[in-house]
Amino acid sequence: MAGHYAQSRAFSLILRRMRAPLIMLIIAYAVSVLGFVLIPGIDDQGQPWQMGFFHAFYVVSYTATTIGFGELPYPFTDGQRFWALATVYITVISWLYAIGTILTLVQDPTLKRTLTENRFANNVRHLRQPFYIVCGYGDTGTQVVKTLTERNIQAVVIDTRQGRIDELLLDELRIYVPGLCADAGDPHILRTAGLNSPYCIGLLALTDDDHSNLEVAITSKLLNPNLRIICRAETKDTQANMASFGTDHIINPYEAFAEQLSIALHSPAMHLIYEWLTQPPHTALFACEEPPHGLWIICGYGRFGKAMERYLKFEGISTIIVEADPEKTGCEDHCIKGRGTEAVTLRAADIDKAIGIIAGTDDDANNLSILMTAKDLNPNIYTVVRQNRRSNSVIFDAADTNMVMQYSIILSLKIQALLTSPLLSDFLRLARRHNNSWAEALTRKLRSLTNNKAPDIWTVSIDAITSPTLIEAINQGEDMRLGHLTSDPRHQQSQLHCLPLLLKRGDDFMLLPQVEDPIQSGDQILFCGREECSRLMEWTRQNYNTLRYIITGENRPDGHIWRWLAKQRQGVISRHQ
Amino acid sequence: MNFEKVVFGFFIVLALTVNFGFVLGDIDNPMHHNVYELFAALVISLIATILKFGERTQMGAILLATSLVADLQLIIAAIIWGAAVYITEVGLSSHVMSSIVSLAAGALLANLTSVILLIIETVTLRR
Repeated sequence: MAGHYAQSRAFSLILRRMRAPLIMLIIAYAVSVLGFVLIPGIDDQGQPWQMGFFHAFYVVSYTATTIGFGELPYPFTDGQRFWALATVYITVISWLYAIGTILTLVQDPTLKRTLTENRFANNVRHLRQPFYIVCGYGDTGTQVVKTLTERNIQAVVIDTRQGRIDELLLDELRIYVPGLCADAGDPHILRTAGLNSPYCIGLLALTDDDHSNLEVAITSKLLNPNLRIICRAETKDTQANMASFGTDHIINPYEAFAEQLSIALHSPAMHLIYEWLTQPPHTALFACEEPPHGLWIICGYGRFGKAMERYLKFEGISTIIVEADPEKTGCEDHCIKGRGTEAVTLRAADIDKAIGIIAGTDDDANNLSILMTAKDLNPNIYTVVRQNRRSNSVIFDAADTNMVMQYSIILSLKIQALLTSPLLSDFLRLARRHNNSWAEALTRKLRSLTNNKAPDIWTVSIDAITSPTLIEAINQGEDMRLGHLTSDPRHQQSQLHCLPLLLKRGDDFMLLPQVEDPIQSGDQILFCGREECSRLMEWTRQNYNTLRYIITGENRPDGHIWRWLAKQRQGVISRHQ
Repeated sequence: MNFEKVVFGFFIVLALTVNFGFVLGDIDNPMHHNVYELFAALVISLIATILKFGERTQMGAILLATSLVADLQLIIAAIIWGAAVYITEVGLSSHVMSSIVSLAAGALLANLTSVILLIIETVTLRR
């Protein structure tokens, strides 16, 4: 709909601008033709001859287009030649004017914009697979779109900066991602991007401005209430605001990181599970030194510092705050004034007694400087550093730190988990209720499962489309258990190298279901495990023979003849008995 | 008074009047139908069409459509005239003349619709 609107706008713009040159052209032709018809000529016999409209139009047509066949059908008289001269100048100038107008139109910024918007709208309209709208193609947006496309999920990008849209074209993504430079807060633009399309499955508001994210979220919630909306928010205020109108997932990178650190303090094994299940598959399992309990120094009391202080306090850990501008950040009464980059300030903050330091200012150079000074003063200190720009990764890798907080990575990992396996966030939420020894047992299992590589995560839905065999078996009254699904379709006796993490039945969740648990139609099961397992599992879910082999151990081809033969054989056996 | 509206109305009404002038007379008598009038009717109709380009209202769309119909009818009439006189050398027989005039009469209807629509718009909007 929006596309048609833009299209008709572009079309009427062209037509409006072309009015004057076209009218001039018609008048020039009409006057020239009329002149030729009225001016008397002489035929080849020397008789007076009057040119008809047909010949006049013929002559004007080839003259105006500068083709110039000559004087037809008879040589012109001087009077006709005089008129032919006038015709040449009038009509050729009219043509030049018309062509000039077309060329100007092509370069017109309004028209160009309309055309780009049109092309984008067309691309979006022709999408025939589920897609996400991504607003904001910064560090986070780039990462998220890359992950989506790598998993063959379509995306559509809107950003306010043309440079980023150009980057989108240059980033060699696996599938073509349409992009438009526009303000996503404009409802018309969101419509153009396919907000109301039946294929649109969600919207991600990832710009670096809280207010525009809020705007995008509320617009989309109003225009398409069923859409899944994932938002980035940097302040508690915006977070609460977004939650108030039902934004599905709100991610605050500072809070998310602070939460991770507090989990790591609280239960190191749980922290490992978090990291392992959200890190990219097939990479070496994340390992880090556990953060110690004791006195922590927080440098920088901005949004990040505040979140860290709150979570650490919740874990019962005392903190000392170092802040360069206490008035602005509201910590006059309980902080040490200074940037933390100089030894004096850090000494004043009891760096000798502290066991951890968080360099959390919004300046990368300052953060690194804080780290170096702190390490000089207390070589054993545990270091957490905030990285603001992705391009600085090289220096941050070189600096020997225990934990790096880079919010674009935190955001994109969280979003990836939400998008690619929605059950994973449920699992992580439920897992937090368990204690450290439960988590330690799980880490041991995970470690042995995939040979110290990060596992693949996938979800299996027991429904008629993706698992027809299981549904049929269940309908036939077969007693289907989770163990059937995790059996190796190549050797019935052995189990695949995978671990069921969560089983969702209606609104109920079952954490770490066992192989003897029954499965029902409509169940959703979250698995993690080796790469090939999800593929092998497909066999069981889609091939009747494979499922029969797994259930009965019977291995034979299928078909009317084979079934008949099997029946005969059974008949013979029973007669013998 | 809006100068654009004047020009717009002028051409639409002129297209109708010139067309009417051409059609007026015995349908099969070449003496009653002037070739210059057909030429003028065609040119004015084309100009009226272009003036209607780029309107985004429903009324504008219908006005453009009627104009295109008139153009089509008049162009076919002109082609038949040219073909009869120059290509087939049948000449302006009463049969040829009546088809030319009936085509032009069709265009007249379309032009009439245009003018009626224009009047309706003016009366209902009264701006």
